[in-house]
Amino acid sequence: MRYIPNSPDERRSMLQDIGRARIEDLFEQIPEKLRLNEPVGVGAPVSEPDLVAYFRELAAHNATDYQSFLGAGAYSHFIPVIIDPLISRSEFFTAYTPYQPELSQGTLQYIFEFQTMICQLTGMEVANASLYDGSTGLAEAVLMANRVTRRDHFIIADTVHPQYREVVESYTKNLGLKIDYAPHTEAGTIDPASLQIDKTTAAVVVQSPNFFGSIEDLTMLAEAAHQAGALLVVAITEPMSLGVLKSPGACGADIVVAEGQSFGIPLSYGGPYCGLFATLEKYIRQMPGRLVGEAYDHDGRRGYVLTLSTREQHIRREKATSNICTNQGLFALMATIYLATMGRRGVQEVARQNLQKAHYAAARIAGLDGFSLKISAPFFNEFVVACPRPATEVMQALLDKKIIGGVALANYYPEMSDALLVCVTETARKSAIDDLVSALAG
Amino acid sequence: MDKPESRIKKATTHVTQNEGLLFEMSRAGRIGYSIPALDVPERAPEELIDKTLIRDDDLEGMPELSEVDVIRHFTRISTWNYGVDTGMYPLGSCTMKYNPRINERVARIEGFAALHPLTPAPLAQGALEIIRRLEECLAEITGLAAVTTQPAAGAQGELTGIMMIRAALTDRGDPRKKVLIPDSAHGTNPASAVISGYTVETIPSNSEGTTDLDKLRGMMNEDVAALMLTNPNTLGKFEQNIEEVCRIVHDRGGFVYMDGANMNALVGVAKPASFGIDVMHLNLHKTFSTPHGGGGPGAGPVAVTSELEPYLPFPRVARNEDGRLALDFDRPKSVGRVRAYFGNFGVLVRALSYILTHGDQGLREATETAVLNANYIAHHLKDIYDIAYPGSLMHEVIFSDKRQIKYGVRNADIAKRLIDYGFYPPTMSFPLIVQGAIMVEPTETESREELDLFIDAMKSIDREAAEDPEILKHAPHTTKVGRLDEVAAARKPVLRWRQGRAETA
Amino acid sequence: MANTPEDLSYTKDHEWVRVRGEQATIGITDHAQNQLGDVVYVELPKVGEKFEVTEPFGSVESVKAVSEIYMPLTGSVVEVNEKLNDAPELVNADPYGDGWMIVIKMDNPAQVDGLLNSAEYEDYIKEEASE
Repeated sequence: MRYIPNSPDERRSMLQDIGRARIEDLFEQIPEKLRLNEPVGVGAPVSEPDLVAYFRELAAHNATDYQSFLGAGAYSHFIPVIIDPLISRSEFFTAYTPYQPELSQGTLQYIFEFQTMICQLTGMEVANASLYDGSTGLAEAVLMANRVTRRDHFIIADTVHPQYREVVESYTKNLGLKIDYAPHTEAGTIDPASLQIDKTTAAVVVQSPNFFGSIEDLTMLAEAAHQAGALLVVAITEPMSLGVLKSPGACGADIVVAEGQSFGIPLSYGGPYCGLFATLEKYIRQMPGRLVGEAYDHDGRRGYVLTLSTREQHIRREKATSNICTNQGLFALMATIYLATMGRRGVQEVARQNLQKAHYAAARIAGLDGFSLKISAPFFNEFVVACPRPATEVMQALLDKKIIGGVALANYYPEMSDALLVCVTETARKSAIDDLVSALAG
Repeated sequence: MDKPESRIKKATTHVTQNEGLLFEMSRAGRIGYSIPALDVPERAPEELIDKTLIRDDDLEGMPELSEVDVIRHFTRISTWNYGVDTGMYPLGSCTMKYNPRINERVARIEGFAALHPLTPAPLAQGALEIIRRLEECLAEITGLAAVTTQPAAGAQGELTGIMMIRAALTDRGDPRKKVLIPDSAHGTNPASAVISGYTVETIPSNSEGTTDLDKLRGMMNEDVAALMLTNPNTLGKFEQNIEEVCRIVHDRGGFVYMDGANMNALVGVAKPASFGIDVMHLNLHKTFSTPHGGGGPGAGPVAVTSELEPYLPFPRVARNEDGRLALDFDRPKSVGRVRAYFGNFGVLVRALSYILTHGDQGLREATETAVLNANYIAHHLKDIYDIAYPGSLMHEVIFSDKRQIKYGVRNADIAKRLIDYGFYPPTMSFPLIVQGAIMVEPTETESREELDLFIDAMKSIDREAAEDPEILKHAPHTTKVGRLDEVAAARKPVLRWRQGRAETA
Repeated sequence: MANTPEDLSYTKDHEWVRVRGEQATIGITDHAQNQLGDVVYVELPKVGEKFEVTEPFGSVESVKAVSEIYMPLTGSVVEVNEKLNDAPELVNADPYGDGWMIVIKMDNPAQVDGLLNSAEYEDYIKEEASE
């Protein structure tokens, strides 16, 4: 085994050195009958070239030569080349949680930079070092809102990503929390005036841009929530939108969670991604996840440490703010490098291109016979098309032309059988958009 | 007397670059990106979106840097870190072993890396096959009937497992009220049990450091839903009475959850299903060497008996009659979804690559060597550092500072001094039941020379504790920053950079 | 050796009590602050909240530990030491003075008789240390 440095002879000599005759003696604490006397059953070892061939073969069974207009919580964006070599530095990717700050300043500093940029983008005051992803981040936000308000009723928009809602349900169902879903209007957004907020409501939970791609009126939603003493929790699956849209912080949000995948993280069939989590300073003691703070040594040199750890499971155990331990450190690094490389102007430029290309595509598709935009609210880079046939049929016809046209919404909203959710990012060239339009036309 | 620094064999000092924060380096007008120009006709944003919804801060504060600036920045700060590739990283309970590069290579193959999670299943057969094959491998390794790979990390696996136990008990008529957890357990165990709606009762360990059967019998009743047990436990001990433990819990209608954080001591040597446990999680970033990444990502697959199989999260990857793989959402008893899409897929690819590389023989060899290395360290240091629970050990050894306290030196001082000797310190002050714990897990991927250097360093530090304790109390002496004032950092937290703050480097 | 003023009453959870008429001032002992180390945060209740004897009413944190603080007596909170928000270190520097935590109005002043006096508390600390 090439990952074990010591040769079998060296291992035998070490055994002798510690006074053991056979390697089996080291396992004497395991009762004899519980020990395995046969191969574990995963097969013979595979050599390096054979392994690469095996995985290449499997990868070839995945769609790689299709033009895709899939979004719905995971987005195709250009990824700067320098991210991979930088995250591949072993000092980053073979380290662990920075428990010893003197020997982990690289990790701690980038997390501090990450926290800062997440605050700047979301308009919030504090951000943590990341959670698993957007969906579990939203579940954590709901639990946090329950702790902050000591109320147990939640109003969740039905325009929140259906899978996120399912995760929230799993996390809350054993804790006695009540969830009501707020239906969307014809326009595809939530009407703040229609919400049944009362004194037991802990939070109003919305997504913006929402699952249909529509931009919610966060300012009005925040006002409605705050009037009843409830919080506004905002989920964002496409944080690239923050390059052009008013930040949730500026609209009055109390907790913002987002999926950080758009910031330089490969699609990778759904993960690993990076959950972004930000809130206001006054709620800091109720936050889940790790936090990095500035600190100084005896000689006045600046450094960074994990701080406010008493919130966490390794200290507070059953009273912790979350059970999370390992988060997404390396993927927070990817997002940090992405945001540093794109920078202020790059994020604005990518957001601009998404906005423009999506609107170009939407206008062209809406001009086709029998097609229209199903939802009238303003959008960023995703929109819902009403098709003349069931959307699943339209999807299938497109597949034959090597186009994945989007997501048929009937899977999630059974009443919307004609609806196709189309996402257009900066990676879609005009020619690809035009191909989609012609394919839909006929 | 030789100078203390001359005893340090593994490490020497080297020029370290200073580097400020991204924001401090930012200069207006610098550009680090390159994307194609917009190729569709442009319209004014206000025509597309109501003006009140548009951002008006011009993203002020976000950095403006060139590509070179970015490369230098992250390269420089990376040198302030220590990783497994730098040297032995004996962080007990975290299994910091070598991360094979082949795993990185295969996870980056375009067909995986660029695959959208909502790609129709017929066009994602390769990805589904990976999930399926990994589930099968992990079922073999644990001996259990079925596996889900959806949980994003060990703690989420724990939550998923306890949720399944709750669902099964609810189906039997009563979800029950409590979960029993030993005092040596990870903090994630009680935290996960609470999110599942249970209260926690702590079982004290016996003098051998394992579960006290009499105490367990006394505490186990019809209010108890489950026992959560780490095996081998965090003291590096195999729970020798595990079968009896399971019997006691099962006799009163409870389930046994095994925390698989320490499976690096068992893979290929014993299958947990044979112990009688009902459900367990595996930490792929520990046992199966997917990189720890400075704190994640991990993955926490959960394996269960056939009785609990119906409660696994949806969707399941299922094989159709035609041999094609599909997603099965029709799981009426499922606890639901614990994460969007399919969990940390990229981590699953790496873990499968690790398992196939090793094969049956390699997995067993890895486990045996991990246990050998831990025992080797224990053997050579046991006369110098106290071992609170002596006797046979599995993959890790828990020393303490008991014999060094007389010099006024604590475990943290020993840890910080190890840094000067070129090692990442072991896990400190855990498990909580060992005062001044120093938890050492070398793993199988350390050479004898590296282990000897560690032993030598620990011996030398003990001498220093006696001769010159001050050198320990002010350690480390060779790092970019010394001990940081964590008290001040917690009293007045500064958690982000802000424009206009005094710049000090 | 920890400082244990004779004019105060104590609990086995390491709180001290200073009784003035119907009111009692409560804090944690010098021994407790010593054990905990540098205090970084103190969580206290709001004025008006009511607690039963032995119920936790707040917590005190160091960098790596949290301890709950328990009510020595039943009563309602009439005053909270707001200074601890910005200066939690007062608990270390002056546990019986500026580091006080809350003042309560006692429901049942007779409960004071059940508390330890300074000599009993010192004995208790010694006993605990020898365990």
